[in-house]
Amino acid sequence: MYPIISKKTLAEGIHHLDILSPLVASHAQPGQFVIIRVDNNGERIPLTIFNYNRQKGIVSIIFQEVGETTEKLALLKEGDSLTDFLGPLGVAMKEEFVGTVVSVGGGVGTASLFPKTRAFKELGNRMISIIGARTKELLILEEEMRGISDELYITTDDGSYGRKGLVTDVLKEILSLGEKVNLVVAVGPVIMMKAVCLVTKPFKIKTLVSLNPVMVDGTGMCGSCRVSVGGETKFTCVHGPIFDGHKVDFEELMRRNRRFLKEEKLAIKHFGQRKG
Amino acid sequence: MKTQKKRQPMGKQSPEERVKNFNEVALGYSHLQAVAEAQRCLGCKKKPCVEGCPVEIDIPSFIHFIADGDFNSAIKKMKEKNNLPAICGRVCPQETQCEILCVLGKKGEPEAIGRLERFVADWETENFNPSPSKIKIDQKNKGRVAVVGSGPAGLTCAADLARMGYAVKVFESLHETGGVLRYGIPEFRLPKGVVNREVEYVESLGVEIVTNVLVGRSITIEELFKEGFQAIFIGTGAGLPMFLRVPGENLNGIYSANEFLTRINLGKAYLFPKYDTPISIGERVAVIGAGNVSMDSARSSLRLGAKEVSIVYRRSEVEMPARKEEIENAREEGVVFHLLTNPLEFMGDENGWVKKMKCIRNRLGEPDESGRRRPVPIPHSEFIMDVDTVVIAIGQSPNPLIPQTLPGLKLGRRGNIQVDEETGKTDIEGVFAGGDIASGAATVIAAMGAGKHAARAIDEYISKKTKV
Repeated sequence: MYPIISKKTLAEGIHHLDILSPLVASHAQPGQFVIIRVDNNGERIPLTIFNYNRQKGIVSIIFQEVGETTEKLALLKEGDSLTDFLGPLGVAMKEEFVGTVVSVGGGVGTASLFPKTRAFKELGNRMISIIGARTKELLILEEEMRGISDELYITTDDGSYGRKGLVTDVLKEILSLGEKVNLVVAVGPVIMMKAVCLVTKPFKIKTLVSLNPVMVDGTGMCGSCRVSVGGETKFTCVHGPIFDGHKVDFEELMRRNRRFLKEEKLAIKHFGQRKG
Repeated sequence: MKTQKKRQPMGKQSPEERVKNFNEVALGYSHLQAVAEAQRCLGCKKKPCVEGCPVEIDIPSFIHFIADGDFNSAIKKMKEKNNLPAICGRVCPQETQCEILCVLGKKGEPEAIGRLERFVADWETENFNPSPSKIKIDQKNKGRVAVVGSGPAGLTCAADLARMGYAVKVFESLHETGGVLRYGIPEFRLPKGVVNREVEYVESLGVEIVTNVLVGRSITIEELFKEGFQAIFIGTGAGLPMFLRVPGENLNGIYSANEFLTRINLGKAYLFPKYDTPISIGERVAVIGAGNVSMDSARSSLRLGAKEVSIVYRRSEVEMPARKEEIENAREEGVVFHLLTNPLEFMGDENGWVKKMKCIRNRLGEPDESGRRRPVPIPHSEFIMDVDTVVIAIGQSPNPLIPQTLPGLKLGRRGNIQVDEETGKTDIEGVFAGGDIASGAATVIAAMGAGKHAARAIDEYISKKTKV
């Protein structure tokens, strides 16, 4: 069992959990993820690692309630435990000094962007960060991102905070104004990562994305998370989750992420009935 | 007394009944049947059957005890060599190992060794708790060994080492133990209660098993040595599922057999939504490949409610790698076989769900390196099959994780770990490997045999080292 040491709600339906798992904490690197199960009947789901404290043996995750498992997870409190917590999984990001890096985060994807941004910042890169959300209340990690960015831009779809519009609007502007950008890192909804890649492609700027397909074991065994990258089938769990965004078939990923939509609805209904 | 030519038949759930449930198909022998079957054994002095057993069970001796009605001694004899008899009695291909060598087989049906193995293991479970075969083990002072993977190879290696007096810790990456016994083989062929009991037995020998640890990521082999383990056995199994590499293979509704079976067996998707792991299955299912995994996938599909389930295989009936028994079970249940047929392409609907499969017919040509006749496509024989769900069960390639994180480990052509076949020794001192990660996809019992050999070699290695 993996106890929850602390819990914070960052925004409506978005929560931060500190979980005690010394083995994961001692090996985690930026870009990696965990597979969790909430209880004995639970489904295995992947969640990105937001932060880790090697001394205390704590791994922090930030997640959004999007389905039955994450809804169940949101019901847990400090002192409760997760049944299973496996990691760190996936290939760690290879951060290096490149010059100027633009970090683009959408929604809860910013949680996954944070450790990557910090790693690039620590190597002396100039960091321009753009984070966005649907509306002000759903924006997370503003202060944390500000602390590790040389410049921070905020967008909301409805204009309730920061600039009205999409993260890609700001990105387009920065690039069009002739800013010399050596690398773009984007994490967020698939549609956002796709849009970021469309913006950076004409500028020929290398763009890394972190993918979030449906997984089962997370160790390479099942192929549920397969994606087409440069025309080749890759397993996100062992070859990724970070890929060259200009090579990713985002349409296929979006389609494959809808594979269990029908069942997910049924599960949420069933879960609602059990909750009463 | 004249020896019966025919073996005792084993009861099975009727095909009409069993396709509606996930309960075990084969029902096992009664006491009377077991004794009668055991009495057929000639008790050959040379024991040819033992030669065929990868874990060296003294077959005539345990059968002799059954014939005498002394089931207690029979299970003790069995467990001298085999730690997992209830599993082996169900899933081993005895017909190509011990039973094929049985002298009775020359003039009639061979002794039903597998069924007797299952009988005596189940008898112990029903009648004893804790088991009478539980043995007292000496102080764990011979050394510490880490075992990676809790499948058949790892469990066997761990149990044998524990019995020799080693402190053994097993690292499992999934949330439950058993490896392929848990995620791969369905409940109707190997009930998970049986796996639980066999794993409990291994733990009762003093073996410690931890789940949710992926060696190579959560902890490395080097770190395990630093922690004081003197030897490490790698039994991580077959690894990454292979795909056909044809257009449309990533359409929705196309699973690898590993994903399909893991959802069903480990995730209990057949009990969804009581269990959270979903599976989505259409009316027409095509399973590509004809091994045991294919039969398991096809038969699971029927139980999940599919109307029409086909096995699509590029060679002919005689080349099918599955056990005869499983092919017969599948046929009885209504699985249709499209032999000498190979998929070329998958086509989907506007939402990206697979709907059609373009296939080509083959004929058999000259034998290939496997000794089986090579399938040769017949020109202009393409045709379209309607499908809603496809399961690709054409094998696996080794998981590269441990080799990637352990520089110097020598690999074979296909990426499997190269070992000395007798001992499981790898190129790195103190590191041994066995089962599918070393041999490529094979059987549960072959993996157990490899685990057994490695345990012996590890004992030798550590004993020699500590003497110096």
